[in-house]
Amino acid sequence: MVPVECYFVLSALLFFIGVYGFVTRRNLIAMLISIELVLNAVDINFAAFNRLLFPDGHLEGFFMTLFSIGVSAAESAVAIAIIINVYRRFKSDSVEAITNLKG
Amino acid sequence: MANIVVFCILAVVILGSAVMCVTTKRIMRAATFMLFVLFGVAGLYFLLDYTYLGAAQIAVYAGGVTMIYVFAIQLVSKRTLQGLIERVSCSRMIWGGLATLLGLATVVCVFLKNRYVYRFAEQPDVEVPMHEIGQALVGADKYQYVLPFEFISVFLLACIIGGLIVSRKNED
Repeated sequence: MVPVECYFVLSALLFFIGVYGFVTRRNLIAMLISIELVLNAVDINFAAFNRLLFPDGHLEGFFMTLFSIGVSAAESAVAIAIIINVYRRFKSDSVEAITNLKG
Repeated sequence: MANIVVFCILAVVILGSAVMCVTTKRIMRAATFMLFVLFGVAGLYFLLDYTYLGAAQIAVYAGGVTMIYVFAIQLVSKRTLQGLIERVSCSRMIWGGLATLLGLATVVCVFLKNRYVYRFAEQPDVEVPMHEIGQALVGADKYQYVLPFEFISVFLLACIIGGLIVSRKNED
């Protein structure tokens, strides 16, 4: 069996790779891809915790991961719709282009 | 032992693809590397004997979400496909890297320091039966999940409608 901390370290690394991408990239789609990486890291943690801590019967983490997959699919669909609209409006897909809401 | 070898292969694939995904300058390549990350995570679910979860991951993420991204990249601009160079300033990279390393050190420290996990951590190699998953997904008792199931159905519908309205071309 794989030790627990391998999953922890893997998901932490994946999470912070996603955070790094979110901080450094300025392209809207690239930022969204980084968010997907972060969500996947969290899903790994849910599944690993549930598997290793409650091997018999309880499926909370399992269903949390399942619903998280569904919600992130919806989230990315809406975000892509917004990005396409932004591109239509501002003719750019960079974050710096959207300055109308800035105070 | 075989599990550990498989885990190492998956970890290398996931982390390497993730690093390439956030550092490559071309968006299309980033989407492709994200696909590899998603497949790797699905492999982790298979390794944890959550085969249903792995199948859902492949079907929804690798099948659906990646397609959405590829379509969006194609729609948003032709230039990104042919390798739009995205300017990432050096100071932003340094500060982002510093913040990331700080957070990573904190989280890994917390994960490795707490010992309570090991009291529970013996892992049987049995697959969760499909019957049990189905019962829990549509049952209404304790530890059963019909309410979030219905909620996520309505939520997906709302997101579809919202996406259509947001991305609709204005006629006026």
